[in-house]
Amino acid sequence: MTRRMRAIALESALPVLLVVVWWAASADSESIYFPPLREIVATFADVWLFDRVASDLIPSLIRFTAGFVVAVAGGVGLGLLIGLSPLLRRATDPLVDFLRTLPKPAIIPPAILFLGAGASMKVFIIAFGAIWPVLLNTVDGVRGVDPGTLDMARVYGLRRGERIRRVVLPAATPQIFAGGRLALAIALILMVVSEMVASTNGLGYFVLLSQQTFAIPEMWSGILLLGLIGYLFNGIFVLAERRALRWHRGWRAAALGQPVEAGAATTRPRALVAPGG
Amino acid sequence: MLEVTQLTKTYGRGASAVQAVGNLTFRVAPGEFVCIVGQSGCGKTTLLKCLSGLIPPTSGTAVLQGQVIDRPPDKLALVFQEYSRSLLPWMTVRANVTLPLRSKGIDSARREDLAEEALTAVGLSGFFDRYPWQLSGGMQQRVAIARALAYQPEILLMDEPFASVDAQTRADLEDLVLRLRDEFDVTVLFVTHDIDEAIYLSDRVIVLTPPPTRVREVVDVNLPRPRDQIETKGLPAFTRLRAHVFELIKREPAGSAGDEVLSDQHAT
Ligand SMILES: Nc1ncnc2c1ncn2[C@@H]1O[C@H](COP(=O)(O)OP(=O)(O)O)[C@@H](O)[C@H]1O
Ligand SMILES: [Mg+2]
Repeated sequence: MTRRMRAIALESALPVLLVVVWWAASADSESIYFPPLREIVATFADVWLFDRVASDLIPSLIRFTAGFVVAVAGGVGLGLLIGLSPLLRRATDPLVDFLRTLPKPAIIPPAILFLGAGASMKVFIIAFGAIWPVLLNTVDGVRGVDPGTLDMARVYGLRRGERIRRVVLPAATPQIFAGGRLALAIALILMVVSEMVASTNGLGYFVLLSQQTFAIPEMWSGILLLGLIGYLFNGIFVLAERRALRWHRGWRAAALGQPVEAGAATTRPRALVAPGG
Repeated sequence: MLEVTQLTKTYGRGASAVQAVGNLTFRVAPGEFVCIVGQSGCGKTTLLKCLSGLIPPTSGTAVLQGQVIDRPPDKLALVFQEYSRSLLPWMTVRANVTLPLRSKGIDSARREDLAEEALTAVGLSGFFDRYPWQLSGGMQQRVAIARALAYQPEILLMDEPFASVDAQTRADLEDLVLRLRDEFDVTVLFVTHDIDEAIYLSDRVIVLTPPPTRVREVVDVNLPRPRDQIETKGLPAFTRLRAHVFELIKREPAGSAGDEVLSDQHAT
């Protein structure tokens, strides 16, 4: 209990210190670009409680969520297909490498041509950018399944669907989650970018519009909100990962000869598996 | 029950080819407990992979109950040497045991019954909802055995199942397998490199030569049952069989380093 509190205190010390310093240093600021933090916070409360929630925050969250879900579903699905078929993998390798290294904002102009400037364009851009780490990690995870485990599945007559659902996919989850976390960050970036380029609402649009209309505290409040959203989503993701991969931590701890039950409950999974590729 | 005829297996082709199984012919009768002894690297795992339909033999056949084995037979279960890789760490003990029963089309209530029966039989009644990695090595191998038994095989193949547990656990597991074999009425083909273990367990011991692997001799083990770790191993007949099998294996050593059976000096 006290150890946990000490850990929380240690982790929050730096952010709290930064806020205090920012607050104190900006208190008498006359600069229009760096208004006092006090003013930013007041504006934040004005704007985001709850004036522009429906007009800007909600649309952004919907685009982000839709894009992220499409990216994860598509990445896992395609990753399974490619990972299970060496032929398909060799055939798609160059294309995948080309598309994943392509700077994603570059396809916003053609996406606007084909999909318009609405939500579907943004969801497409987010999904198209975020799918790659999930896809590549799924391929890696699928290909890395222990051959002994696959032998077991075959000897015991597991059908193809069952082999994939109960053996291959769970074995790949640690890597899929590592890819998902990268996808989360990319999705957030592309949400903002797509809203800055072509939108009439959303957080990215709001931040850019505020800057262009010299509403500087509003601009900072939008950035602050974006930061908080990123932090929150990452936190939710980590919690989901921790639940889904409880077995993985226990199994790894056991393999390393550490006390299993204690280790499984307390280790904090920052990066369980290095993202492959 | 099981007939293996002139079975060979060569991995790879050309200059890099490895002949893992030279030429094996033997049979296992229903209800028998047969052990295969051979040194490490003489193709025991490869043989079991052929018998369980995981890989095709290069030539020759294996026939199980009149059916040529060309894919994993329904009536066959395999206990792998490496329990840590054959048990799924994301599933509980219970789920590991019931998993193969789904594909057999067994309904869920019956699956649970079979799993509970098998897990109780191997002495794991209190551990249904644990994960494999929460158990010791010996207990994990018990789970693997329970999974095999719940699958209701007519023949059970075991690949050096006790090679990586300590001596006491090993003795317990050997006795467990003997008991389960009677209880579940299953034919067992058990692979080991341990001569004592082979004689202690089996009705017949098939002694393999070093590569290129062939059957050196089939030794009948007419020791009384039920067997007992101290009593059986103290019998003069046990000692004689042990010396005989040892002699068979020692003849014509492979000369390669690192084989467990031929740990002392080479003889010709
Ligand atoms: N997949 C494989 N490809 C090539 N060679 C193999 C393969 N599996 C086993 N071997 C070789 O076949 C021989 C027999 O191996 P194995 O069947 O594992 O023996 P054992 O189980 O008796 O120790 C060894 O020389 C091994 O290196
Ligand atoms: Mg082996």
